[in-house]
Amino acid sequence: MNLLNVVDLKTSYGPVNVLAGVSFFVEPGETYALVGESGSGKTTVIRAIAGLAPAQDGSVTFEGQEIRGAPESVMRPLRKDMAMMFQDPVGSLSPRLTIRSLITEPYRIQGMKDRDLDAEAKRLLGMVNLPAHFADRYPYQLSGGQARRVGVARALALEPKLILADEPTAGLDVSVQGELLNLLNDLRERLGLAMVIITHNLSVVRHVADRMGIMYLGRLVEEGTTEAIFHDPRHPYTRCLLSANPEPDPDARLDRIALKGEPPSLLKRPSGCEFRERCPFAKDICTQTPEWEVNGGHGLRCLAPLS
Amino acid sequence: MTETLLEIDHLSVDYETGRGDLKALRDITFNVNKGEIVGIVGESGCGKSTLISSILRLTAPNTRFREGEIRFKGQDLLQASDRQMRDLRGADISIVFQDPMQTHNPVLTIGQQMLDIQHRSKQSKADKLAHAAKMLGAVGIPDPEARLKQYPHEFSGGMRQRIAIAMALMSEPDLLIADEPTTALDATLEVQIIERLQELQREFHCAILFISHHLGVIAELCDRVVVMYAGAVVESGEVREIFHDPKHPYTRRLIECDPGHIKERARVLPTIPGEVPDLANLPGGCIFRDRCDQAMARCATDVPPLDQLKEGHHAACWLNHEEVTT
Repeated sequence: MNLLNVVDLKTSYGPVNVLAGVSFFVEPGETYALVGESGSGKTTVIRAIAGLAPAQDGSVTFEGQEIRGAPESVMRPLRKDMAMMFQDPVGSLSPRLTIRSLITEPYRIQGMKDRDLDAEAKRLLGMVNLPAHFADRYPYQLSGGQARRVGVARALALEPKLILADEPTAGLDVSVQGELLNLLNDLRERLGLAMVIITHNLSVVRHVADRMGIMYLGRLVEEGTTEAIFHDPRHPYTRCLLSANPEPDPDARLDRIALKGEPPSLLKRPSGCEFRERCPFAKDICTQTPEWEVNGGHGLRCLAPLS
Repeated sequence: MTETLLEIDHLSVDYETGRGDLKALRDITFNVNKGEIVGIVGESGCGKSTLISSILRLTAPNTRFREGEIRFKGQDLLQASDRQMRDLRGADISIVFQDPMQTHNPVLTIGQQMLDIQHRSKQSKADKLAHAAKMLGAVGIPDPEARLKQYPHEFSGGMRQRIAIAMALMSEPDLLIADEPTTALDATLEVQIIERLQELQREFHCAILFISHHLGVIAELCDRVVVMYAGAVVESGEVREIFHDPKHPYTRRLIECDPGHIKERARVLPTIPGEVPDLANLPGGCIFRDRCDQAMARCATDVPPLDQLKEGHHAACWLNHEEVTT
C-alpha cells in the first residue's frame, strides 16, 4: 500500500486556482521531489497534505485513511506520523524557547507525559550531530545550518513515517548543504523515512530523490524516476529547467534553452497547453489541451513531447 | 590597455564589540579593472558584506578601518569626505542588493523612484521619464511607459530585480556592485538575470563586482574570481585557473562540495567538516588549518602569505611553497 496517495487535489483562493488537480503517491521509505518555479504551487501541495492549507476537491489518503479537510481532532494524532520541515529555518523556531523546549515540544503537544524530555533532547541533538549543550541555547544563537538541523531534529522527534520538507537547503552554504543532505539520506536509511521534498535546486534533487514531479501553474506536467527525468526529459518545461542550472565549470558547454519570460498569472491561464506561450518547442497542436498520460511509470502532459 | 578601476590594498577592517575586536577583514588585496567582471565567492561570515559596505563607506558605527586603502580611480575612498562619497554613490559606483522584494519603496511608483534617483540631472521631467522607460526596456520589462506608473507590488520578484539593475545602471556607473542578486530567485530567473547582466555589461562597459556563494553563477559570468574565507583572501585568479587548477585547499573543497559538480547520484556528498574560526579570537597560523586535510606543522605557526604563483594567480597556502622549494 502506498504511504501517501494524492488524487486530483484542488485548491483555490477565491478565483485563483492555485492547485488545478495534482496527483501523485509516495511509497514507504521513498523520497519524492516536487520541482517548479516560484508560484507553481509546490508549497501549497504539501501544506494541503498537512492540513495547513485548504483543499476544496480531490483526495489525500495517508496509510489508507482519507485526510483531506479532516478536522484538527483527526489531524493532530496523525501529525505524529507526518512531520513538516518549514522553509525558513530561523523563522520557524520560536525565538523565546530554548532548543530543548523546541525539539521536545512535539512530545508535549501529543501529550506524551511519560517521556524524559532531557534525555530525548540529548538523543535528538545527537541524531542531527549537534552537541548536547546546544539544548540550552536560543534560536538567535544558531547559524542557519544549525537552525536547519534543529528543524530536522524537531521533525524527527516523534519518529514519523513521512517528512514534508519545504526547500530544506535554501539559503545554506554549499558545504553545509551537503551535510544536511547526507543527514537526510542517512536518517532515511536508518529509520525508513519517506519524504516529500520541495526544491527549485535541481542539483539537490539528483542526490536525494527516487522519483520526482515537475509542476507548472498548479499541475504536474511530467513525472518519473529521477534518473529518467535527468537523462531523458520529455516535457519542454523540464528540459528548460534542467538547462537553467548554472554549471560550476567555466568551460561547460551550455546548450541552454532560453525560457521566455515568467509564468503567466493564475487568473489568466492560457488556453490549450498552459506552457505554450513560453515554450521554445511549441507547435500548432499545442492550442489543444494536453491530457495527463502515463507510460511505463513516466507521466507526461504534452502534445509535442521531446524525444 | 587594462586600466585599474578599483584597488583594494592591504585592507583590514575590525568591528569593535563587547567581546573585543572582531577582525572582519584582514589584509585584503585585489583589483578590479575597467570593464571587467570580478566575482567574490565565499560562505557565510567570510566578509563579503563588510567588504562591499567598506567600498561604499556605508559601514556600521562600530567599524574601524585599521589599515590599507580602497582606491577608486586612484582616489583613496577611506580618506574621501562624506560629500565626495555621496557624489560617488549612485553615480560612479552603484549597487544591486540581494533581496528584490525590499529594494524599492512600496508607496511610490517605479516611475517616481526612477525620477528621484536622477536628481543630479538637469534634464526636464519628460526627458527623465523617457530615460527611465528606456532603461526598463533595456532590462527586458515589456511596455515600459505604462509600467512606470505601477507600484513595486505589481511586479514579480524577477522583474523587481531587473528594475533594481536598471536603476543601478541609469547613471552609467563605472562600477556596479551586485550583492548576491540572484540568490532570492528561481534558477530560471537566475539565468535570465545573469544573461541580462552580461549583455548590459557589454553595452555600458561598466565593471561589475559580483558577490555570490553560487559557484555555477560565478563560473558562468565572471572573468576573475576572488575566493574569501573567514575575512581573508585565500586565492584569486582567472576564472578558468581557479576552477580547473585551484591552488588552495579551501577553493578545491568548495568546488568539490557543489552538488552541481557531481553528475551521478552520490550516497554521501562531500562536505567541509568543522566551523569557521571565531574572528574575535583568531588562532595563529593559517585560518583554514583546522578544516584542512593537508595541514602541516608549519600551518599552525605561520600565516601563509598570498603569493603570486603565476601571472594573475595568487594563493595563500604553504603547500605551494613546498612545491617551489622541493
